[in-house]
Amino acid sequence: MQHHLLPGDAVVLHAERILDPSQRLDGPGAALLLDGRIAAIGEREAVERRLAELHLPPERLRTIRLAEREILAPGFVDLHTHLREPGFEAKETIASGAAAAAHGGFTTLCCMPNTQPVLDSRAALEYVRSAARDVPARVRPIAAITKGESGLELSEMAELVETGAVAFSDDGRPVHSSRLMRLALTYAAPLGVPVVEHCQDEELVGAGVMNEGHIATLLGLPGWPAAGEDVMLARDLALVRLTGARYHAAHLSTAGAVELIRQAKREGLPVTAEVTPHHLLLTESWVAGERTGPLAEALAEMGVALPAGERYDTAAKVNPPLRTAADCAALLAGLRDGTIDAIATDHAPHTWQDKACEFGEAAFGISGLETALAALLALVHTQRLDLATLIAALTARPAAAWGLDAGTLAPGASADLVVFAPDETWTVDPEQFASRGKNTPLAGITLRGRVRQTWLGGASVYDAAE
Amino acid sequence: MQTVIAGRETTATERIAARRHLLDLDDWRPDELLAVMTRAEAMLRVCQRADKLETLRGQVLVNLFYENSTRTRVSFELAGRRLGADITNVNASASSVAKGESLIDTAKTLQALGTGIFVIRSGQSGAADLLARHVSGTVINAGDGWHAHPSQALLDLFTLRRHLGNLAGRRVVIVGDILHSRVARSNVWSLTAMGAQVVLCGPPTLLPAAARALYAERPVPGIELTRCVTVESCLERALAGADAVMVLRLQRERQQAGLLPSLREYTARWGLTPERLRLARPGAPVLHPGPMNEGVEIDAAVAHGAASVIEEQVSNGVAVRMAVLDLLAGKEARA
Repeated sequence: MQHHLLPGDAVVLHAERILDPSQRLDGPGAALLLDGRIAAIGEREAVERRLAELHLPPERLRTIRLAEREILAPGFVDLHTHLREPGFEAKETIASGAAAAAHGGFTTLCCMPNTQPVLDSRAALEYVRSAARDVPARVRPIAAITKGESGLELSEMAELVETGAVAFSDDGRPVHSSRLMRLALTYAAPLGVPVVEHCQDEELVGAGVMNEGHIATLLGLPGWPAAGEDVMLARDLALVRLTGARYHAAHLSTAGAVELIRQAKREGLPVTAEVTPHHLLLTESWVAGERTGPLAEALAEMGVALPAGERYDTAAKVNPPLRTAADCAALLAGLRDGTIDAIATDHAPHTWQDKACEFGEAAFGISGLETALAALLALVHTQRLDLATLIAALTARPAAAWGLDAGTLAPGASADLVVFAPDETWTVDPEQFASRGKNTPLAGITLRGRVRQTWLGGASVYDAAE
Repeated sequence: MQTVIAGRETTATERIAARRHLLDLDDWRPDELLAVMTRAEAMLRVCQRADKLETLRGQVLVNLFYENSTRTRVSFELAGRRLGADITNVNASASSVAKGESLIDTAKTLQALGTGIFVIRSGQSGAADLLARHVSGTVINAGDGWHAHPSQALLDLFTLRRHLGNLAGRRVVIVGDILHSRVARSNVWSLTAMGAQVVLCGPPTLLPAAARALYAERPVPGIELTRCVTVESCLERALAGADAVMVLRLQRERQQAGLLPSLREYTARWGLTPERLRLARPGAPVLHPGPMNEGVEIDAAVAHGAASVIEEQVSNGVAVRMAVLDLLAGKEARA
């Protein structure tokens, strides 16, 4: 059921549970959507009073009662998405990536600039804006720190912010030169947007393709040591201390990085950080087809059997790499205590050919938008994480971290929302993905929790019932 | 692994046939390794008689080599011929593969041309596993990246047993660039499965971290024996009381990559000299998978001395590869 609304039409959604951490809202209630925005939200009586004041003719009002146990929340905000367009349309397009977002409950995507051409110019950002005009998600571009992500010269940052860049990153590559990173932080500081680092000391990591440790030794694969992340983050934090600029660490993967961010926040440095669902949930053993770590343990507790994995599973090849159970535990602790601000997907779609090859040759990345919520809910179902913390890390906290106008259902906000059924089980079948990237290590795994509806600007953009 | 057929325990030979592929030895049981040894003894007699068998008659064996290796390729080629297979060599570095054809596409093409046995050598760890998932025949790993070289480990085991008999409790030193060695990795699995204590020795920059714990966590299947692996960077200490020494080839690139100060220092600390060899038990055999850098990792006097079994390894290699081919893809295995 598509909701073709006319200006002035209103929708009232009644839910058993509305969960909006931005307003500390958690309970039964209703939301009134008018002209693409939230007009009222909260207790049913209050919303109905507000509705009565509008004196709407009945044909201009739709009333929707969500099913039992369905939860209404703000649409999710992803600070780290690879949409691949322009340049790599076989992997994903802005339209297919946005469709994947709608399937996964995400309504705001911050897309990474490692496209071809790189998002380092006004023209490239305007291309993204025009390609994103009619897609079912809000696309907010992240521009490159350096021209062509070459690490040599700063991009025209001021103009890029004017053109809509919400952050800067050379994601996929770190800024190798300490001097250039210092200059980037200094130059970006007055522009009011964060500099986002992919923390990887390239010399230390070298040709590493998976976490350095037992599994890499067994499989004979070059290791990517945890210190490769910690070293770069420690350097950057020294530069943040020097410049006072806003800094955001992408996809934390190590216990050491969590501790560095914790200390930096305690010191009062203007830093934020994100973690991906896969780094929270999966360990390096997945590369060897041995499924251990929080997701495997949670699913076992839930009585779900995992299908056997395969050795050299290229679907589990990701950068930074999946690490150890101890790293997963530290990341979860960091999420719980607020050290980590956001869960970001690092959605990295690839073609079949990119992954159907030898492990060392395969592309890094996981197609994550459509499995994020369901996979993360395993932590909630098994009392490892509470639902409000999870939803906050997908909505209000990422929005606050980057100052985005998103992630809230407060009156006046854009009516971007998700409805999900926390107990609905389904089996991940990548062929059903809206994303062109079918690359997921979760294929064939049964998860509990599913997005039922996604709304963008007061209009339905995804409905699982259709 | 299926261990019961029609109500009786499977034999080791049946279990090997059920594996279909030889990818690595990490999950091989001692009785399976012994079944290869027994078959290899018979094959060695065939070779010595300059005889031929027919067990692979009508089968196409392809040597799919992404890395150059004369000795391993020739060894498989001779083994296949002695068993009656039709052999084709694909030098993948000089074929359409170099033009971007994927391993899977190449394998599917070779399969469509009738290939039933794929012998693959690749610089990429996991290449043989990948191939095995995409073809219906038998895949034999002739060396993949730093990961595994199981036929080499089987011929090393065969050679060691001819000199030492039962390996239980024997101390076998592997010296050299352990970190990048598929030969060392596969040998650890087979030697520890037979009860040997393996000592890994080399420059600290060429040793894997925490190897002892890593292997202790993975007991020998079937008998649940804890694998005994120790790491010792001092060659003199490693050699004390050793029953056998396996010397690995040192790639000169390691020095260029900064992993070693110099070849000179490597030879001074880790080169196997007659003096150092005297620290091992008298008569301890010396092995090398070849090709050797004489004067770097091994002194010429050792390489060609009384303790050296290096040439014997090469001739045993053909018999052991015949045994592997026969057990995995021979008439009996397909029955």
